[in-house]
Amino acid sequence: MIHKYIFRDIPIVVDVNSGAVHIVDQVIYDVLDHYEDGDCSRQSVKEALADRYDASDIDGAIDEIEELKAAGMLFTSDDVPVDTIEDKEPVIKAMCLHVAHDCNMNCAYCFGDKGAFEGIRCLLSLETGKKALDFLMQNSGQRRNLEIDFFGGEPLMNFDVVKELVKYGRENEGKYGKNIRFTITTNGILLDDEKIEYINETMDNVILSIDGRPEVNDRMRKTVNGKGTYDIIANNYRNFVSKREGLYYVRGTFTRHNLDFAEDVKHLVDLGFSNVSVEPVVTSLEHEYALRDEDKDIILKEYDRLSDMYITNAMEGKPFDFFHFNVDLNQGPCVIKRVSGCGAGTEYVAVSPEGDIYPCHQFVGNTDYRLGNLYDETFENKHYDMFNRAHIYNKEACQECWAKFYCSGGCHANALNMNGDIMKPYELGCELEKKRVECAIGIQAVLAE
Amino acid sequence: MKRVKTIARATLKDAACKTGCGECQTSCQSACKTSCTVANQKCENIKRR
Repeated sequence: MIHKYIFRDIPIVVDVNSGAVHIVDQVIYDVLDHYEDGDCSRQSVKEALADRYDASDIDGAIDEIEELKAAGMLFTSDDVPVDTIEDKEPVIKAMCLHVAHDCNMNCAYCFGDKGAFEGIRCLLSLETGKKALDFLMQNSGQRRNLEIDFFGGEPLMNFDVVKELVKYGRENEGKYGKNIRFTITTNGILLDDEKIEYINETMDNVILSIDGRPEVNDRMRKTVNGKGTYDIIANNYRNFVSKREGLYYVRGTFTRHNLDFAEDVKHLVDLGFSNVSVEPVVTSLEHEYALRDEDKDIILKEYDRLSDMYITNAMEGKPFDFFHFNVDLNQGPCVIKRVSGCGAGTEYVAVSPEGDIYPCHQFVGNTDYRLGNLYDETFENKHYDMFNRAHIYNKEACQECWAKFYCSGGCHANALNMNGDIMKPYELGCELEKKRVECAIGIQAVLAE
Repeated sequence: MKRVKTIARATLKDAACKTGCGECQTSCQSACKTSCTVANQKCENIKRR
């Protein structure tokens, strides 16, 4: 299988099964239209393209295509060991730890029920938090690198417990032969100098939520009293980033109200933030801000506009990092990772303040998918098989998709929420993801020229 | 080749790429939280380096 497209006048060909990516000339690009199942008839190609190219040009193009085929870089077969994908040790290596099911903001699009996640507002106790860390270390098998993301609600509302848990993790990781990477996702309201100093000393990555331009942010991200949060959080984040040496992302959500979201990325970059992620909202169509199928073309063009900005900044020596345009074409994730996806429900779990264990943060509160509780005497993930089977070779929609080794079958929670089935990817999400991958590859092609 | 510039080699065909050591970061733990992109994660298998 191949995928070909034009990105800023550059013809690009992706060999899906090998991961090879080629910039080609227009003759090859057009000749490839006449290949079927990896083969073509020279004579019929020459006849079909006689009004556009000389026979010698077509012969030259076909010769180079055949050379790529012989080198295993075009029209390669899929030789992923499918029978072994599900045959892996059931270990848990990453945890989204909900340290607060409460929030000091009231964001319109919150998937977490304004922090409560369909339950009661509460904070994680230190005791339950320690049990969560023990659970992770005891269920992680031979994995050395473990991850804990302090999440909420708003985790800074329970910061003393966060600090105690980091201390507890550091004290115990050696005993288990582990390396814990702590991260935190915050709305920024409580981000003062003391917390900044602590976070910079301890957290491997920090996610700072902000949507972009003041009016865009304040429309959705409000205080509990209904006031805008931009002024507070933008100042706190600039203060934070001025002191940050490690990794961070400012992360926003775009909705139907800001389909010109490249302007929001630009705004965040102009504020001095160099690592930016802005993602499409995923929510029921009953909400007026939900993205609709008819918005697709506008959004796709906006990703082109964002790509132009990204390339211009890079060429002018002012590069920024857009999370969804990151792709390491030569040393990216292995095949097993690429076909298995995010690991939700298998190697990745979320834990609520009550100690309930869920497949990921987006499932928290959906008791149909509760996997167990930290206080159960034994843990047996009753949904393990279902999530373990939710890889690209078992999803019908992924079979003929060229982007399956980049997105890995999409987000299970989005599939469930939009289509009622984790095996049925959310179609609009797929279209946007394919566009982002095209842009990510295209950007590398432009910068390689 | 005169007509082709390869910018990414056939990495998915590497034998080491088939093993899946599991040491890499979970995608939603980075900066995502509501969508799934895996190809932008970094490989942490030192044997592939």
